[in-house]
Amino acid sequence: MTLPPVQQDAPAHIPAPHAPAPNTAESGLRESATFDRATIADIQRAAATGVYDIRGWGAKRKVPHFDDLLFLGASMSRYPLEGYREKCDTDVVLGDRHASRPLHLQTPVTIAGMSFGALSANAKEALGRGASEVGTSTTTGDGGMTPEERGQSRHLVYQYLPSRYGMNPDDLRKADAIEIVLGQGAKPGGGGMLLGQKITERVAGMRTLPVGIDQRSASRHPDWTGPDDLEIKIGELREITDWRTPVYVKIGASRPYYDTALAVKSGADVVVVDGMQGGTAATQQVFIENVGIPTLAAIPQAVQALQELGVHRKVQLIVSGGIRTGADVAKALALGADAVAIGTAALIALGDNDPRYAADYSALGSAAGFYDDFQDGRDPAGITTQDPDLALRLDPVAGGRRLANYLRVLTMEAQTIARACGKSHLHNLEPEDLVALTIEASAMARVPLAGTSWIPGAG
Amino acid sequence: MVTLTLPDAAAPTEGAGAEAAGTSTIDLGTAPVRELNQALHDAVDGQSWTVTSPGGRHSLAVGITADIDVAIEGHAGYYAAGMHQKGSVTITGNAGVGLAENIMSGTVHVTGDASQSAAATGHGGLVVIDGNAGARCGISMKGVDIVVGGSIGHMSAFMAQAGRLVVCGDAGDALGDSIYEARIYVRGSVASLGADCIEKPMTPEHLDELAGLLAAAGRTDSPADFKRYGSARKLYHFNVHNSTSY
Repeated sequence: MTLPPVQQDAPAHIPAPHAPAPNTAESGLRESATFDRATIADIQRAAATGVYDIRGWGAKRKVPHFDDLLFLGASMSRYPLEGYREKCDTDVVLGDRHASRPLHLQTPVTIAGMSFGALSANAKEALGRGASEVGTSTTTGDGGMTPEERGQSRHLVYQYLPSRYGMNPDDLRKADAIEIVLGQGAKPGGGGMLLGQKITERVAGMRTLPVGIDQRSASRHPDWTGPDDLEIKIGELREITDWRTPVYVKIGASRPYYDTALAVKSGADVVVVDGMQGGTAATQQVFIENVGIPTLAAIPQAVQALQELGVHRKVQLIVSGGIRTGADVAKALALGADAVAIGTAALIALGDNDPRYAADYSALGSAAGFYDDFQDGRDPAGITTQDPDLALRLDPVAGGRRLANYLRVLTMEAQTIARACGKSHLHNLEPEDLVALTIEASAMARVPLAGTSWIPGAG
Repeated sequence: MVTLTLPDAAAPTEGAGAEAAGTSTIDLGTAPVRELNQALHDAVDGQSWTVTSPGGRHSLAVGITADIDVAIEGHAGYYAAGMHQKGSVTITGNAGVGLAENIMSGTVHVTGDASQSAAATGHGGLVVIDGNAGARCGISMKGVDIVVGGSIGHMSAFMAQAGRLVVCGDAGDALGDSIYEARIYVRGSVASLGADCIEKPMTPEHLDELAGLLAAAGRTDSPADFKRYGSARKLYHFNVHNSTSY
């Protein structure tokens, strides 16, 4: 069967998102649900290149998500708070289990770990500016802490990763919290990746690597294996920081019930659970789309582990992976999270996938709204790049302001919902405030299907 | 409280400004590790410390930032002298997993054996192990120099980025797997080389470098007896045709 001409002209690996759909009603063309056009393009690309597709972003497949949950606003049986008048607090304390200097954030929306290297120095600075403006934290990534980032971040979480690129005890002591990274939602079980086009002299210098190589980081920590070792490792980090600094443990969601319990056992102050929709700067597409579980399924498992150990709200839970709106924030908190982290959404707030760069996206064979080649270093928005000219496109002050705006909106939206549910603090939201729209979401989130008292798998 | 035995002078007071004054002793038979590390973090350049009854405790003398000398009289557990930045730590005994992990500079010396991941990810400084080291010695090393008097275990210098690893005995399987720019010198046998690690010629430059490292470690081995190993640099860029190399 002849393909529409636009399909033939499109680059082999791009499913021509801006192409008009073939008129199936008139021509009798029928697209296969199994071999849809994107799948066909993937096979063609694999056959042409002999190598798997590497890209950024997170899982693009549709999975049960916060969209499948609804809040039960107050009416007769519950009493709402005045939407614009009565107080609904949003602050959160993170890391007060063992650390003498826990973080006290003004909003429970934090910025997830993204490296200098994956992102430009301007982008990192913009994240720090935006987060600091609203009193929340930002997080380093693989490759160490930059002065720009530390300087502009009031609360900076220092990631401690398997590669230990740029790992420096002076920076460790400068950090407001330490996040031991075991994995991320986009690729639980996988290590970091930064391709040669982004390994500039500065990035290479910070990571002690030759300029321009394809960096593939380790997926296991070099000096500990398993929860018994991790407990000792956390002890070492506490000793080095004189027990001041909170220690987070971040896991990619796959077995969050066991992993959360083991993180608590190992002495974590905070557990970070990243669902499969969580973003990445560079990962094999097959990994992104097929490994890990949805954020919605991960939260109740993690909360159950915390509750069974008697540490829910004492060991805080930060959830990430697909947070976009204040409703998502409120739903995550209602399911038992203490805070959330955003990565992809924060980049969009900075200017990622902005239609103003439509021509540039098109030149790369992509389109605004579809661009995910963060590994490639040619980001038209100047965010996921080390190209100095492209990086100039992002003004860190303006970007920081946009991010602060967005963070305020997320917080106000969550407050709006919480007040409607009668809650004077976002943390007072509870699973009882939620129902599910689908049987799948009901089973995963462990809240009843709307209009019923039925939770599949419960009891 | 720290039990201080002061053979020479008054106890160093906490905080900066205290004068170096002889050798202070901390007995871990009575004092917790926390007090040892806090005392070392509060120490000032020039001080000497002796740690008795370490009993294999973990995280001993970690995160030192002052130019001090610490002598641990006995065995240490995990992460002894972890993230070491200045001065020297000497362990008269054996050390557990992650000895001197992420060392930045200064010297760490173990008179006995060291367990797995010795000097892992170290950025600088010198780690001397008179005995043997376990698996993953020098894993992800980023500039540290390591001299092992005995033999080392498997997967040593895995993904080693920079620095020098000297082994006066034998090396286990998969030495230098996925190595970057670090240099490895082995006097004895190598059970097997890891992916992208090859034997390289010893030039006068390498013999000089090795002689300096052996001298720094207080060893008398002849550099001429060693072979050198390093990266073939064939896996620096991802290529599908290399997929069977791993």
